[in-house]
Amino acid sequence: MSVKPRIKLDKKEAKKGDLVEVKALTSHVMETGLRKDSKGSVIPRRILNKFVCTVNGKEVFAADFEPAISANPYIQFKFKAQESGPVVLTWTDDDGSKIVGEEKITVS
Amino acid sequence: MMFTFNRRQALTISVGALAAATLGTWIGPAHAANDAQDLIKKFTGGKQPTQGKIRLDLPEIAENGNTVPMSLSVESPMTEQSHVTDVLVVADGNPRAGVATFHFSPASGVAEANTRIRLAETQNVIAVAKMNDGSYYMASKQVKVTIGGCGG
Repeated sequence: MSVKPRIKLDKKEAKKGDLVEVKALTSHVMETGLRKDSKGSVIPRRILNKFVCTVNGKEVFAADFEPAISANPYIQFKFKAQESGPVVLTWTDDDGSKIVGEEKITVS
Repeated sequence: MMFTFNRRQALTISVGALAAATLGTWIGPAHAANDAQDLIKKFTGGKQPTQGKIRLDLPEIAENGNTVPMSLSVESPMTEQSHVTDVLVVADGNPRAGVATFHFSPASGVAEANTRIRLAETQNVIAVAKMNDGSYYMASKQVKVTIGGCGG
């Protein structure tokens, strides 16, 4: 999938122990599975059901999404800067495909 | 405006019919058809969560139920000894109650998350936090929805 999520860290360089705020937005229909099309048949559910953020390979925040999360899901959270490395955000679709975005954090 | 008065006070206060109707749905288990309570029970393993520790911010009135900003934070030092592990968010008036579950660890530094949610109608959003010592805390907030967010 060629969707590119938009990710923003409030700082690229942090001191050890600092809190880093992450804001991320990705485009996705987040179809609830409750709506019907014009012919009255149910539009099958298709959402991003899992979100994980790792920093240097270690999980710092995760979330399970239900259909009650808005389309083009936005998520904002914080993590504690411990070591420099890639900040990887992964969304998992109901169909198993993944949307992945990456930023870097430098910790001094 | 907070609905903190009890039923007797509510009856004595001469509120309008609309307010009374809103309150009625809030006090009674009018949303029993929804699986919110079951989800909470499953999450806590039957334990009754204590009120408090959670700050749950949602608008009083949401004009568009399709994207209602929700901000949540749980008071905790977030150390190895004492931290929040999971936070369950449910909405008691949606066709399905589940909204999201957030997973935190000491590496999170702080138990905070913001997202945007769908609300089908005026209802309560309830957050339940699980601590690493096995205790549970909860908070809820009523949101009035002008245009529902789950319609076809």
